[in-house]
Amino acid sequence: MLQLVLINLFRNPLRSALTLGSVLVALFLYSSLGAVLDSLQATADSGSRERLATRHAIALTNFLPYDYKDRILSIPGVKRVCTQVWFGGLIGGQRQRITQFAVDDDFWPMYTKDLQIVEWSEPQVAMSVPPDHDPHLAAYHAERTACIVGRGVMKKKGWKLGQTIHLQGTRYRGGWDMTIRGVYVKLPGGSWNEDLILFHNEYLVEKGMGGKPSTGVFKVELSDPSQSAAIATQIDAMFENSDNATKTESEQAFGAGFISMFGNVPFALRVIGLAVVFTILVISANTMVMAVRERTSEIAVLKTLGFTDGAVFGMVVAEAAILTTGGGIAGALLAKFGLQGKPLAFIPAMTITWATVLTAILIAIGLGMVSGFIPAWQASRLRIVDALRRVD
Amino acid sequence: MAIPFAYNVRNVMQRPVATLTTAIGVALTIAVLLAAFALAEGFRSTLSSTGSDANVLILRDGADSEVTSGLSLEMASILSAHPNVALAASGRPLASFEMVTTINLPRVGQKGASNIKVRGLSMDDIGMRITPKIVEGRTFTPGTDEIIVGDRIAPRFAHCRVGDEIKLQKRPFKVVGRFTTEGSSFESEIWGDARALAPVFHREGGYQIGVLRMKDPSAFEAMKKEWEADPRLGIHAERERVFYESQSAGTTGLIRGLGIFITAIMAIGALFGAANTMFAAVANRGREIATLLVLGFSPIAVMTSFVVESTIVALIGGVFGCLIALPINGITTSTTNFQSFSEVAFQFRVTPQLLVTALVFSAVLGALGGLFPAVRAANQPLARGLRGG
Amino acid sequence: MAWVEVREVHKQYQREKQAITVLDGLSLQIEEGEFVALMGPSGSGKTTLLNLIGGIDSPTSGDISVAGTNIARLSGAELARWRSNTIGYIFQLYNLMPVLTALQNVELPLLLHKMNGAERRKRATFALELVGLGDRLGHYPRQLSGGQEQRVAIARALVSDPKVLLADEPTGDLDRKSGEEVLQLLERLNTEFKKTIVMVTHDPHAAERAHRLVHLDKGVLSA
Repeated sequence: MLQLVLINLFRNPLRSALTLGSVLVALFLYSSLGAVLDSLQATADSGSRERLATRHAIALTNFLPYDYKDRILSIPGVKRVCTQVWFGGLIGGQRQRITQFAVDDDFWPMYTKDLQIVEWSEPQVAMSVPPDHDPHLAAYHAERTACIVGRGVMKKKGWKLGQTIHLQGTRYRGGWDMTIRGVYVKLPGGSWNEDLILFHNEYLVEKGMGGKPSTGVFKVELSDPSQSAAIATQIDAMFENSDNATKTESEQAFGAGFISMFGNVPFALRVIGLAVVFTILVISANTMVMAVRERTSEIAVLKTLGFTDGAVFGMVVAEAAILTTGGGIAGALLAKFGLQGKPLAFIPAMTITWATVLTAILIAIGLGMVSGFIPAWQASRLRIVDALRRVD
Repeated sequence: MAIPFAYNVRNVMQRPVATLTTAIGVALTIAVLLAAFALAEGFRSTLSSTGSDANVLILRDGADSEVTSGLSLEMASILSAHPNVALAASGRPLASFEMVTTINLPRVGQKGASNIKVRGLSMDDIGMRITPKIVEGRTFTPGTDEIIVGDRIAPRFAHCRVGDEIKLQKRPFKVVGRFTTEGSSFESEIWGDARALAPVFHREGGYQIGVLRMKDPSAFEAMKKEWEADPRLGIHAERERVFYESQSAGTTGLIRGLGIFITAIMAIGALFGAANTMFAAVANRGREIATLLVLGFSPIAVMTSFVVESTIVALIGGVFGCLIALPINGITTSTTNFQSFSEVAFQFRVTPQLLVTALVFSAVLGALGGLFPAVRAANQPLARGLRGG
Repeated sequence: MAWVEVREVHKQYQREKQAITVLDGLSLQIEEGEFVALMGPSGSGKTTLLNLIGGIDSPTSGDISVAGTNIARLSGAELARWRSNTIGYIFQLYNLMPVLTALQNVELPLLLHKMNGAERRKRATFALELVGLGDRLGHYPRQLSGGQEQRVAIARALVSDPKVLLADEPTGDLDRKSGEEVLQLLERLNTEFKKTIVMVTHDPHAAERAHRLVHLDKGVLSA
């Protein structure tokens, strides 16, 4: 029976190929749009629920005094605080999809489970590294203008360890030279992506802030993560009456805040995805109707031979489902393997979850069922006598 | 000799279901195309209608947006003293130095929050750049904690209605008016007196940007050269309108790029759909086509006829697509302009040129979709065509 | 009871609000092993009668039983199963699947029986050899002549060992020589394999091969 379905598929190979092709591109598109949403979501989820992020209550573009760090540290239950300042420098004259952060030394022990140094320079002079730091950071710590670069950036720019790179400041004036003293990778399940340049906060403070340190965001690590809500309230209460009130939320919520800046974009992508699927549904249903109509008499013969209405129905649905499933699997996998890790517009590296791939394939199967339904129903309802009526 | 057009029209009407389904495929493609381009066009025109060519906008060298810029009081006075800066009747230079920053406000009717640009003006200068039209309430009183809110922000963000209060550092700022500026991106901003706003953001003793009116706008290049070479300044000068337009480039390009990507892929689907329909039409009319050929119509005429037929179907779809997309014209939406890290609200703009482009595109889709089936129709063996249907 | 028993069968079609009576209280008995030819002018109802016996159409009233089963009362699915076990159908225009080879066409009805692929192939090959096309197993219908196509169709009708063979103008589209071969084949199936055959035909020459002639006119037997 399956053989019969397959033979029918090859009856008009061009038409089958066109249908398969349109389902393929549709599901490729659907998966790509899903990938954009996945990537946004991955950004939002990259932060930990267990850490806190403290920023200025008014907006991220307002800075907090650096000495808030010690005051936050004084709160019982706070284990570690680090700062992170968005630098926004230009590389090669234009803004790239490479984010740069100035981070203080506490950044590294806080993210040991997230980032791993895989390439490093040896220090010129023997250096003692703080006990909770990765010993591979010795050369970085020894040099004020050192930086640590993500493997993604290294690949993209073709940089080498030990190379000095030049950044043009935007928010902070002047040209900034930094030497690559380490390369990191993202550990599975960790925060961040591999498209960052991380450098010393001291360098930024000295050259860019006139020696007066301030910061965009404090990341706060807790001894007991279950206390996070209470401690977040405590931090904000501490600064409520100061010149710079704070807003503290989980690192994850902080990341999700960036997604919300996209406004209706995710919604628009979903609508477009559905429009595409619907379009292809109409097109493939039309194809199936035509495919069945032209073999009306053959279906009548099958019924004369004793094939039941149900069997005929099943055969037509199967034919449609094979076409769309094939196209769907191909399209979704093409998106998965073609786009995974690639940069697209504002997204440094696309993430496509298997859930998205699976959804696309399920949609494709559904597409086949629905588009096969009408012609299958027509075929199963076909009266033999009408279909075989002879001119006689 | 050409095959009569009416023959194609009749054939299209002979198979309404197939025509309709093919047309729907084209229609949805066209609608998505229009939506994406209307979005990009809306965003671009919002930012490019911001500012005047007679004004020069000053940013600190290296800064790529108003928010990341910074000018000192000293720089402001050096700039104002330039001989090409126009003077008001009072003899003061026509220059506006402004504080620009962002505040994070929750959205209304949607989860999350976004950054809104706040512009602190000095009352003397307001109206030099642009006169806001107050559509509700009144303008702010200089020296007080009063603010006015752009028309496109007011309904979309919390605390932005006239009569509301926005708390900045415990200090309540009262929203006293709502303004429009003829569609420019200023409508996505909150305006107030720089003297009241600056302390809240610790921005006393400096500005973000300066805008100066030129006596002779054609002398802009010389002025720019002179200023940018001045070691005391370290600034970057740009015509005001050019600057705001360049601020839209990234996002416009992104929307347009995404639109092209999506449309291209949908177009392939629609093309396949059109080709499928026409192949079926050719298959069903084998005898008819053979008859036409026997009657003496040339294969080229038969081919043209099928391409025309496919184009008719696609054009029907194109018209439908335009009708689907037209109602989005004027709908306001917003997204963050990552260049300035602040929200810009704008309207979908379905322009006549866009509609024409869409129709032409649908016709091309139809013609391409009909081409291969048409070739097959024109080349079919006569005898076989005449024998069976 | 007769092998094929048609009792008081009426058949009406509704065409644009007008009822057309095709069969008007027709009764007919056919015994096992008979070779019956149905003749009559166009519109006399002979094809309708054949379709009713074959269970691909149902009577407006009256009863039809074939090999002891009253098929007037069967549901669609029951009828389909019954057809696959009981009836072999031969059409004027052969109605082979153009995309299947001769062997695959003949195997088709066997897909409805529990049978493995090897067994199916064996039986289908046997049926094709029986109709003299043992050397054409892999040919597609378009590679065969009309007479050969009809013989493949006969093999397809035979392969599931039906209780009744129904043939609707089996020689109507064939030249004299091919038609003769088909008729000889049917005759042989009747005499050698004891198949009950009901054949609709226009052609008096074809009808001569049958044991019994039944004339229809305007929906009734006309002796």
